[in-house]
Amino acid sequence: MVVSQTYQLKDYKTDTHNTWCPGCGDFGILTSIQMALAEIGVPPHKVAVVSGIGCSGKAPHYLNAYGFHTLHGRSIPSATGMKLSNPEMTVIAVGGDGDGFGIGCGYFVNAGRRNVDFTYLVFDNEVYGLTKGQGSPTMKKGMKAKGMAEAAVQDNINPLALAISSGYTFVGRGYALNPKATAQLIAQAVSHKGTSFIDIAQTCPVYNDLHTKEYYTDMVEGQPRMYWLENTDYDAVVHDPTNAGEVVEKKLQAIGKAYETGRMPLGCYYKVDVPTFEEQIAEGRPNGMDSILNPNLWNRDISKLEAVLR
Amino acid sequence: MDQVSDVLWMLAGPQGGGINSAAEAFAKALSRGGYRIFTGIEYHSNIMGEHSYYMVRISDKQKRNLSERVHVLVSLDEESILGNHHNEWPSHHGHLKEMVPGGVVIYDGALKMDLSGKRQDLKYIPVPFDDILRKVLVEAGRGAEFNSLRVMTNSVAGGASAAALGLDLGIYMESFRGGTGRRAALAELNGQAAKGGYDFVMEALGGAPAFNLVKVDRPAKAPLLLRGVHACALAKLKAGLGFQSYYPISPATDENVYLEANARAQDLVVVQVEDEVSAINMAVGAAHGGKRSSTSTSGPGLSLMCEGFGFASLTEAPGPVLFLWSRGGPSTGLPTRSEQSDLTFALQPGHGDFGHIVVAPGDIQDTVEDSYESFNWADRYQMPVIVMLDKKIQSGYQTVDDLGFDKLPPIDRGKLFEPNGDYLRYKLTDDGLSPRAIPGQEGGIFWVTTDEHDQRGHITEAADNRIAQMNKRMGKLDLAAREIPAARKITKYGPADAEITIVGWGTTKGSISDAIDVINAEGGPKMNFLQVRLMRPFPVAEVTAELTKAKTTILVEENYNGQLGDLIRSQTGITVDKRVVKFDGRPFSEEELIDGIKTALSSSETRIPVSHLLP
Repeated sequence: MVVSQTYQLKDYKTDTHNTWCPGCGDFGILTSIQMALAEIGVPPHKVAVVSGIGCSGKAPHYLNAYGFHTLHGRSIPSATGMKLSNPEMTVIAVGGDGDGFGIGCGYFVNAGRRNVDFTYLVFDNEVYGLTKGQGSPTMKKGMKAKGMAEAAVQDNINPLALAISSGYTFVGRGYALNPKATAQLIAQAVSHKGTSFIDIAQTCPVYNDLHTKEYYTDMVEGQPRMYWLENTDYDAVVHDPTNAGEVVEKKLQAIGKAYETGRMPLGCYYKVDVPTFEEQIAEGRPNGMDSILNPNLWNRDISKLEAVLR
Repeated sequence: MDQVSDVLWMLAGPQGGGINSAAEAFAKALSRGGYRIFTGIEYHSNIMGEHSYYMVRISDKQKRNLSERVHVLVSLDEESILGNHHNEWPSHHGHLKEMVPGGVVIYDGALKMDLSGKRQDLKYIPVPFDDILRKVLVEAGRGAEFNSLRVMTNSVAGGASAAALGLDLGIYMESFRGGTGRRAALAELNGQAAKGGYDFVMEALGGAPAFNLVKVDRPAKAPLLLRGVHACALAKLKAGLGFQSYYPISPATDENVYLEANARAQDLVVVQVEDEVSAINMAVGAAHGGKRSSTSTSGPGLSLMCEGFGFASLTEAPGPVLFLWSRGGPSTGLPTRSEQSDLTFALQPGHGDFGHIVVAPGDIQDTVEDSYESFNWADRYQMPVIVMLDKKIQSGYQTVDDLGFDKLPPIDRGKLFEPNGDYLRYKLTDDGLSPRAIPGQEGGIFWVTTDEHDQRGHITEAADNRIAQMNKRMGKLDLAAREIPAARKITKYGPADAEITIVGWGTTKGSISDAIDVINAEGGPKMNFLQVRLMRPFPVAEVTAELTKAKTTILVEENYNGQLGDLIRSQTGITVDKRVVKFDGRPFSEEELIDGIKTALSSSETRIPVSHLLP
């Protein structure tokens, strides 16, 4: 990828006081978002970052871009409204695993059905940090992180498999403590036309004492736990979106990867290029895409609508 | 035979059987013919089969409510006449008791009904709808199409009704004119079917109609015949609505679907979403994004939207405008019936102290004005607005000559950002309004957060900032109270020097206006009507001035205990003397309201609940 000459990482930084804990994985993800934006070269004022509630929900304050720190679990509807209201913006929704897959799971699933052009990044640390360490929907049954009274009785969901079956057109996984490679993945996701989703494995040094930096970089049967799919012969891309057979085959392949045990694949699991929600509603309209872009709509002619009522 | 200038025609039968389209076609023909129409429909939360009835009030001068004086009842099922007494808790007792003496009951001749012991002062005419249509089709050589064209029995019923009412059949026939080819052939068949029904009833009545409906002139230009849904949606389009999100819910769905159906040609984005939480958050996102944005729902939906509503207010979003189409509550309540029980809730739809505007239009004209102007308010005061409507105005058609779009104020988008160095989205200003940037503008980057925030939009829990930002946000309500013209706050009707003032809000406006016209015409102490239209910020001075003029004040509301009465007391300290309330899920009829007001004046009770639907 060509590095943009126009913008640098610092252009997307703010000097806002940061309240994340020392050593938090969120810092790595924040850096990767800034690197990705610099790489794409989108001006800061053309970016809207929308978040929910939680530690990661504060990310927009640390990014020099239009920032919308919304309600718990509601980043996706807010981001959808933002994009459909102002389609020239590059919209990125961010949030935690509790925010996205607990209180916001209905929106996570339904966003996949629409394919509005925005990117959703989940900072996945398997715990509710701000409320002091309860297990989240991505914590596996039987696990007991140090803030939990008992081991988890409820089992975890698989965000990647859920995203693929919900219809996301770009699905991937990154790692907070590998910001350079994760930035590349985020840049791909943001450049993708449609709803893209990246689950980013994130360490919480305060409350997740199970899935730590050491765990993620451990060796599994003599090989590093984490590996990048792009370094294998895995082909995530649907080459002919009109071929239903290929679509299903690539989805099943991606879900298989999402359930891989032991090792942890990173990178793009699945990608298909199909028309976005915006393109679909604009199609065939008298004013085409302009009909979605124009915010100044008060000179409408409604005489035909009135005539029907006479 | 005496001439009648005000009749009620009722079409009753099983839901899903084409009652709406038949009644609406009849109403439209008469509206085009110069009659003034006011309609209402009662139906169950059911797709098919339950009893529903459509009322069309026809007069030479515009009526603003329905009456219980049914002149002609067209009955397509037994229940319309006999009630559903086979149910443990009958939902109604037949419509015969609503009929005027000499009224005509036209019913499907195929129904074998025992009418012994029923009112003897009515004319019961069994009409063989199917046979009449079959004969018309056979004569036209299309007898084999009977099943696919059976909907034309509606035209038989229309023709039969015209004969009973003394309506010129030509006015009804006019509605079938037009079209070419297949359409023209169908129009011809409909006309024949109507004539068949007309001739049959005329013969049964001995050659003269049962009523002599006043003749009116056909206007040069057909007036509008529309519902609150249309008035609201058209005004929203005029206001420049760019984004609407919704989750299907009665009785809000019709407005959403009407906009959705016209979105393509009107450059509008409408999204049907997964729940009301999504709907409000999308609408808030869209408002911040720069388009004029709204969402439409009912009470249960608003319950889910509270969190997002507070988000809009705290972040000073320019909207959304939330259209609240009320129904009977609480919980799922009475999904297809009308009630005014969401006022208290709409005034505080969420936790914490926050500002928003609530306006309650009373009729079609108010609906046009308030639906439009609410977007100016949302932009100017950077806060969400609730426009309160209900099932009654949602579903009732009425004749309107002009919606008055040319009289609306200009578009006001409020204070907008201009690049001038360091930009503060929540800058403290003298009037509390901060210039707002629209995402995408260079130099306009801002942050919003659902936490308390500083002038830049970043989180802070500092006490001095909290006080300053709270004063800024809440102070905008005082500004709105000063700036919104008095004509949008209250409306007065009737003699200014009346001893008695009736107070109400929302869609009882027409019902109260009509009722006091009737009572005032009878002589006795004069009454006038105070409509409270702006609910928040509450027009304290205007309401106080009006209520202190009257000797007696009577509150009229379609809810259990009079929510506006409580609001008036909390805002002005004035206790309205009497409360006439109705909470059976059906709007006041003219007679119910007159009874209620008269009872309020004669009774020592302060709360007078009314319902004419009791057995």
